[in-house]
Amino acid sequence: MTAHAPAVGHDAPPQGGVGVYTQKVGMWVFLVSEVMFFTALIGSYIILRWGTGAPWPEPRTVLAIPITALNTFILICSSVSMVKAYAAATKDDQAGLKKWLLLTVLGGATFVSVQAYEYHHLIEKGFLPSSGLFGSAFYTMTGFHGFHVTCGVISMIWVTIRAFRGKYAGGNYRGVETIGLYWHFVDLVWIILFTIVYLI
Amino acid sequence: MHWWFPGNASSVGGQVDSLFYVILYVTGAVFVLVEAALLIFVVKYRRREGRRATYVEGSTKAEIIWTAIPAVILVSLALFSQPLWSKIKNSDTYPKNADRLAVEAKQFEWHVTYPGPDGKLGTDDDFTKKDELHLVVNHDYVIELTSRDVVHNFFIPAFRIKQDAVPGMHILVWVRPTVAGTYELACAELCGLGHYRMRALVVVQSAAEFAAWLQSQGVAVTGTTDTSATAGKGAP
Amino acid sequence: MTAHAGAVAHAAHDDRPFIRKYVFSTDHKVIGIQFLFLSLFFLLVGGLLAMGIRWQLGFPGQPMPLGGWLPSSVAPGGVVAPKTYNSLVTMHGTFMIFFAVMPLLVGVFANYLIPLKIGAPDMAFPRLNMWSFWLMIPSGGLMLASLLVLGGSSAAGWTVYAPLSAMPDYSGVHLGQQLWCVSIVIFGLSSLLGSVNYITTVVNLRAPGMTWFRLPLSVWALFITAVLAILAVPILAGAVIMLLFDQTIGTHFFAPDAGGQPLMWQHLFWFFGHPEVYILILPAMGIASDIIANGARKPIFGYHSMVYAMIGIAFLGFIVWGHHMFQSGMNPTLASSFMVSTIVIAVPSAIKVFNWLGTLWRGSIHFTTPMLNALAFVSMFIIGGLSGIFMASTPVDMYIHGTYFIVAHIHYVLFGGSLFAVFAGIYFWYPKMFGRQMSERWGKVHFVLTFVFYNLTFFPMHILGVGGEMRRIYDPTVYDFLRPLQPINVFITVNAFLLGLSQLVFAVNFIGSLFKGEKAERNPWHDTGLEWTAPSPPPHGNFPETPTVYHGPYEFSVPGMAEDFVPVNTPPAAGGAGAAGAAGGRHG
Repeated sequence: MTAHAPAVGHDAPPQGGVGVYTQKVGMWVFLVSEVMFFTALIGSYIILRWGTGAPWPEPRTVLAIPITALNTFILICSSVSMVKAYAAATKDDQAGLKKWLLLTVLGGATFVSVQAYEYHHLIEKGFLPSSGLFGSAFYTMTGFHGFHVTCGVISMIWVTIRAFRGKYAGGNYRGVETIGLYWHFVDLVWIILFTIVYLI
Repeated sequence: MHWWFPGNASSVGGQVDSLFYVILYVTGAVFVLVEAALLIFVVKYRRREGRRATYVEGSTKAEIIWTAIPAVILVSLALFSQPLWSKIKNSDTYPKNADRLAVEAKQFEWHVTYPGPDGKLGTDDDFTKKDELHLVVNHDYVIELTSRDVVHNFFIPAFRIKQDAVPGMHILVWVRPTVAGTYELACAELCGLGHYRMRALVVVQSAAEFAAWLQSQGVAVTGTTDTSATAGKGAP
Repeated sequence: MTAHAGAVAHAAHDDRPFIRKYVFSTDHKVIGIQFLFLSLFFLLVGGLLAMGIRWQLGFPGQPMPLGGWLPSSVAPGGVVAPKTYNSLVTMHGTFMIFFAVMPLLVGVFANYLIPLKIGAPDMAFPRLNMWSFWLMIPSGGLMLASLLVLGGSSAAGWTVYAPLSAMPDYSGVHLGQQLWCVSIVIFGLSSLLGSVNYITTVVNLRAPGMTWFRLPLSVWALFITAVLAILAVPILAGAVIMLLFDQTIGTHFFAPDAGGQPLMWQHLFWFFGHPEVYILILPAMGIASDIIANGARKPIFGYHSMVYAMIGIAFLGFIVWGHHMFQSGMNPTLASSFMVSTIVIAVPSAIKVFNWLGTLWRGSIHFTTPMLNALAFVSMFIIGGLSGIFMASTPVDMYIHGTYFIVAHIHYVLFGGSLFAVFAGIYFWYPKMFGRQMSERWGKVHFVLTFVFYNLTFFPMHILGVGGEMRRIYDPTVYDFLRPLQPINVFITVNAFLLGLSQLVFAVNFIGSLFKGEKAERNPWHDTGLEWTAPSPPPHGNFPETPTVYHGPYEFSVPGMAEDFVPVNTPPAAGGAGAAGAAGGRHG
C-alpha cells in the first residue's frame, strides 16, 4: 500500500509530476503569466516606437541614463546577493542567509527609492505620462516594474523575518529559492526594459 | 416579407453571395448528416433490457478519415475565398482610372467629399455633402475612408461591402455599383450613443442624373460653389 | 506512522469554526460551491440585462415593464434610452463572459473536481485558492457599482474598442468605464491565482497510478484551459491598464491625435480574446465528455485524439485572433493568413464532435438530465461551429461581420455549447456537492423548455444577420432595409422571455433540492471517477488515505465484468481482466 500523508500545500513532497516541488512549480507558472503581462507592455512599446512613425524623442535627452545605469547595477547586485542567500540556505549557513537576505532587501529598496527620485525629477522637468507616446509608455512600463519590485521587497522583508526566526534552518530552504526565482525574474525584466526604453 | 439578402447592386456582391451559398450548402450538408447521425445513434443505441454497450476504445482509421476529409474541405474553402478577398480589399488591384471620393465618418454622420468639376480630390472645388453618397452606375470608385473620432464601419448591405473607418488611418475602398437605385449606408461598429442612427443614403444613378444632382447642389461646370450646399465641410 | 494516523484523522474529524469552514474556507469544495452561487447570481444579472436588450429590440420605443422603476436618466418614461441600450449590450456581455460562464466552468468545476478526480486532498495552494474566490467579490462589486454611477456604465461593447472607450468625450461615460477596467484587472488576478493552482495541482498532486493519460477529459480540459488563462489573461490586464491610463492619467496609447494606435487595442484585446473563447468552451467539452461516456456506458471514443485535439485547439487558438479584425483596416494579406489558421482550427473541433458520436455508437444510452444536456451541448456546438466557417471566409465575413449572424454564432457556442454543458455538470455533480439529488423529472422539464426556447430565440438571429441587421443597434427600424426583419425581432424577444422564465424551473429545483432533495448515495450515476468513491458530500481532505489508481477514466461495460463500470481505483483482480498495476501501464 503506497498510502502516506496526503500532500497538502506547499510543503508537500513531490508526487510524480515533474519532480519539482509544488511551491516551485507554482512560482514558475506565475512567472509565465508575468512574462505575458510584460510582453503586452513591451510589445506595445515596440509597436508604438518603431511601428508607427510617430515622433519620439531620444531617450537620453529626457532620461537620466547615468544614475539609472547605476540603479540597474544595484538591482543586479541584489540578484547576486539573492544567489548568495540561497547558497547559504542550502548549506544551512543561517548567519550567511540572514546577511545576504538583508543585503538583497537593501538593494531592492534602494532601487525603488532611486526610481521614485527619478520620477520626481522627471515630473518637475515636465515629463509626465501625458507627455506624448514616450511619456505614456515610459511611466506605464517602469511604473509596473517598480510595483513588482516593491511587492518583491515586501515579500523579501517577510522572508528575512522568517529567516531570523529560524524558519529556513535544517535544509528547509524552499521558501528562499521560491522568492529568489521571483527576484531574478524582476531583475531580468528590468534589464530588458532598461535596454529598450533607456538605451536604444 | 424580405428576410434574406438585400438585392445585390454591386460588381462583387454576386460573388460574395455565391461564396456564401457554397459554404451554406457544404455546412448544410454536414449539419444534416451529423445531426442525423446523432439522432439515429441516440434512438438506436438507447438503453434496452439485456443489451450492453460495446466496449470500444477508438479507431485510428476513423480518426484519420474524419480528420482528412474536413481538412480538405476546409482548406479548399479558404483557397476558394482568397482571390475574391484580394480583389475587394487589396488596393493594388483597384482600377487605375477609378473616380475618387472621400468619406469621413464622424459621430454620427457620414461626410462625403466629391472632387468637383476638376475631378481631383483635395482641391478648392471639392464639396462635401452630409449623409448622401451619390454614385454613377457602372463606374469604378475608390473611396478614401477616414474617421474624425472613433472607429466606425462603412457598411453598404446592397453592395456587400464593409470596412472599418479608423481614426488616424486612410483606408481605400473600391466600389462599382451595377444597379441604379437608392440604398442605405449604415455604421456597423458601435461608435457611441448615436450609433444606431448613423445612416446615409446611397444613390446610384445614371451619369445624366448625377450631373443634374451636382447642378442642384450649386456645383457649376465652371467650378463655383454655392456655399449653402457645402453642409458639414470643415470643423463642426 | 504519525503521518498516516494524521491522515486518517484529517479526513474524518473537522472541528474548524463555522467561518473557516463555510466562509473564509480553503477547502476547494467549499470554494467551488461559493463560485457556483456567485456565478449563478451573475448569470441572473446577465440574463436580466438581456431581457432589457430584447425588449428594446422587439418593441423599440415602448415603455418596458417595470421600466418606470428606473431613473429617468436611464429610461425616461420607462423607455430604454439609447445610451442605456449601449450599456445593456456591454454589460450583458461583460457579466456573462467574465462573471457567469468563466466562473461557472472554471471557478466551479476546476475547483470542485480537480483534487477529487486526481485523488488529492485539496489544491496545491489552498489559501491562494481562497483568495482567488474572494477577489471576485470586489471585482463583481465594482462591476455592479458601475451600473449605478453618474454617466452610466461602460457602453462601448464588452470589447471596449478604443478610442471610444478611452475618451469620455466620445462615449459620455466617465467613472463607469474606469470601474469596468479596475474590475477586470482584479478579475484577471483572481483568474490567474486560480490557474496557478489548477496547473500546479494537476502537475504535482496526482495520486499514484493517475498518469497523464488516465486523467479524465474534464481534468485535461480544465488543465489546458488554465494554461490558456496563464498566457492570455495577462495580455488583457496589460491592455486594460493602458486603457485605464488613457482615461485617467492622460496617456495616449490609443489616441490617434498623439500617435496612439486604435488598432493596437484590437490586436491586444483579441490576442487575449480568442484564447478566451477557448477558455469558455474547452471545460464544457471536457465535462460533456465525462458525462457522455457515463450516459452511454462506453469509454470515450478516441481518448488520445480527444486530448490531442484539445491541445491543438489551445495552441492554434493563439494564432487566429486576427479573424475578429478582418474588416479592421489591417493588411489584407495578413488577414488572409489568419483565415488559413482559422479554417484549420475547425479541424480539431470536428474531430471532437465525431468522437462524441463514436462514443454514442453502440452505446447503451441512459437519458438522464445530465446526459440530455450533454447531448444538447454536442448538437448545438455543431451548429455554432459550422456557422463559424462562414466568418472564417474573409469575403463572406465582410458582409456578416458586425451583424446578428455573429451574435447567433456567439450564442450557439456560448449558450448552446458552454451553458448546456454547465447545466449538465450541475445536474451531474450536484449530488456529490450537496449530498442530495435534484429532481430528475423537473430537470427534464427544464431541459426541454430551455432547449426549445433557446433554439427559437437564437436560430432566427442567423436570418437577421443574412438580412444585414447590425449588432448593438438601439433601433433597427431607423433603416428601411431592416424594417421588414422586425417581426423576427419580435419573435426572438417573445421566445427570449419564455427562455428566461423557463430558468425558474431550474432555480426552484436547485434551491428546493438543497433542502428537500432525496439524499444522494455515494455513486448515483454509477460513474468511474474518484470523486464517486468518496461520500456525498466528501469530507474535508476528501479521502481517508491517498487512493491508488489502476485504470483509465472510462472503463464502462468492460467485457467479462459483472458491473458495467470499473472505478479507477479498483485493484486488479488476481488473474482477472484487470488493468496493469499502479506504477505503470495505461489504457488506449
